Amino acid sequence: MVNKETKSTVPTDSEVILGILNNSESVLKRLYVAYFPMVLQLIINNNGTPDDAKDIYQEAIIILYNKVKAGDFELSSKLKTFIYSICRRLWLKRLSQMSRYGGDIKDFHDYAPVDDELEKQSDMDVQFSKMNAALQLLGEPCKTIMEDFYIHNRSMQDICERFGYTNADNAKTQKYKCLQRLKKLFFHQK
Amino acid sequence: MNDGKLLEEIERYLNGEMNAEERKQFEAMSSSDAAIGQKIAEQKEFLKVLKQYSERLALEERLNAIHDEIDVHTLADELIVHPSGIVRLWRNHHSKISVAASIAIFVAMFAMFISGTFNNHDAKYMQLARKVGSIESQTNQLKQRVAQTTTKPGYHIVDKFRATGFAITADGLIATNYHVVGDNDSVYVQNAAGKLFKAKVVFVAPKTDIAILKIADTAFKGLAAIPYTFKRSESDLAENVYTYGYPQDSPVYGRGELTSSNGLNGDSTNYQISIPLNPGNSGGPLMDGRGNIIGIINAKETQLEGVHFAIKSSYLLSAIDSVSKEDNAKVLLNTKNSMVNLSTVQQLKKLKNYVFMVKVYDK
Repeated sequence: MVNKETKSTVPTDSEVILGILNNSESVLKRLYVAYFPMVLQLIINNNGTPDDAKDIYQEAIIILYNKVKAGDFELSSKLKTFIYSICRRLWLKRLSQMSRYGGDIKDFHDYAPVDDELEKQSDMDVQFSKMNAALQLLGEPCKTIMEDFYIHNRSMQDICERFGYTNADNAKTQKYKCLQRLKKLFFHQK
Repeated sequence: MNDGKLLEEIERYLNGEMNAEERKQFEAMSSSDAAIGQKIAEQKEFLKVLKQYSERLALEERLNAIHDEIDVHTLADELIVHPSGIVRLWRNHHSKISVAASIAIFVAMFAMFISGTFNNHDAKYMQLARKVGSIESQTNQLKQRVAQTTTKPGYHIVDKFRATGFAITADGLIATNYHVVGDNDSVYVQNAAGKLFKAKVVFVAPKTDIAILKIADTAFKGLAAIPYTFKRSESDLAENVYTYGYPQDSPVYGRGELTSSNGLNGDSTNYQISIPLNPGNSGGPLMDGRGNIIGIINAKETQLEGVHFAIKSSYLLSAIDSVSKEDNAKVLLNTKNSMVNLSTVQQLKKLKNYVFMVKVYDK
């Protein structure tokens, strides 16, 4: 009952910021549920599909998340307006990339200029996709070792057992070899 | 120290896993070796990106989990703005509609082309030969039949066109419009005194709408010397002009000005003039105020008031030249203008003897 209550209410803007900083799952959920319909409405009424809306909305949430985590998020306008503006900007960009942009967009909410935010985010996106590509190129077992150790934060002991290394030192050596290759792949990518 | 070992050391250093002594030693080594310092910075940066990468993956996973709980389909149905029927029709079928519309336009254009809608002579350009309508002829025939019951049956010719013509030479060359005579060879001219003479068509220029007749009647004894001359050069705008012709049974004088040096759609063979004209004026002379023929009346714009046309005299002169060549007999035009200083009233008194009613009968 309590859970249902929290789910259905729109979190206040400061609640969201605190929630993100504390990695609160429930706040993230309430945030997501609260503003998704607004973004869905924007996208599907401007030549988009519900899947487009999901992509765009999640990208906007990630931008908000990164901004809050980096500590440079100032609420100059309402959070709702911020999310709408980001989604609107991202969608316009996507539309023109697909050359489906007819020159006008049907708006459902106020919006503010957000070009600066997107520029910072696009740098991060580049690094994200570079890392993703480097991991794909790395191959097994290195990929899994790297993911287990650096992403899933598994201990060396765990990894040692999973891959059947005779001792932790062997696993460690293997890990550093993999790390070196991954770094090489990451930094030498174009 | 190999690379792997160095990397391990760097990682331990960054993670704070070194004890104080190791730390001191490592820092001393990195400050003495720039390459190691750079490697440390590189590792730091790389780990940051890797951390961001893993955080983002985790966040996306969380968001996807939340998203999966939302009934997007129902929500989308509620939120889509349903455009009006016609807009939806257009959105769904606009390519088909466009193709259909182009075909429709093409067919319409084609039909208009075939039916002659683009031929502007049809719609708004009326040549001024006076058609004596079929109704009139039927009336006459009825009258005759009535008369036949009481009097002796008589032969009555019904004329097809009436228009105007004017003398080019004293020996009976007469200028009129091609559209007046057409291909008919039964052409008569009637002078101011009401005398009818048989004439033959000696030259036609359908393009410029000029026809030249020759009176071929034994009763015709020739005219007095022609009082007017033919102007070779073009006349200027705003020149006072007049005409004299037979839009009805008695001759009519009409005056106006030369309003444009080109005719309908920029036709350079014509002048545009502001003389009120009626069917029957066709073929009449267009005179300037000094006794010069400057053109032949030929048509009017039916959709605009006061827009009338006359063929420029230079085209008449070239038609006369053609007659000279065909007949191998030089047509001598009058060069002495005896109307130049006369008032319009006096001019008309002279002119009337040289302007004829042209009557065209069916073959």
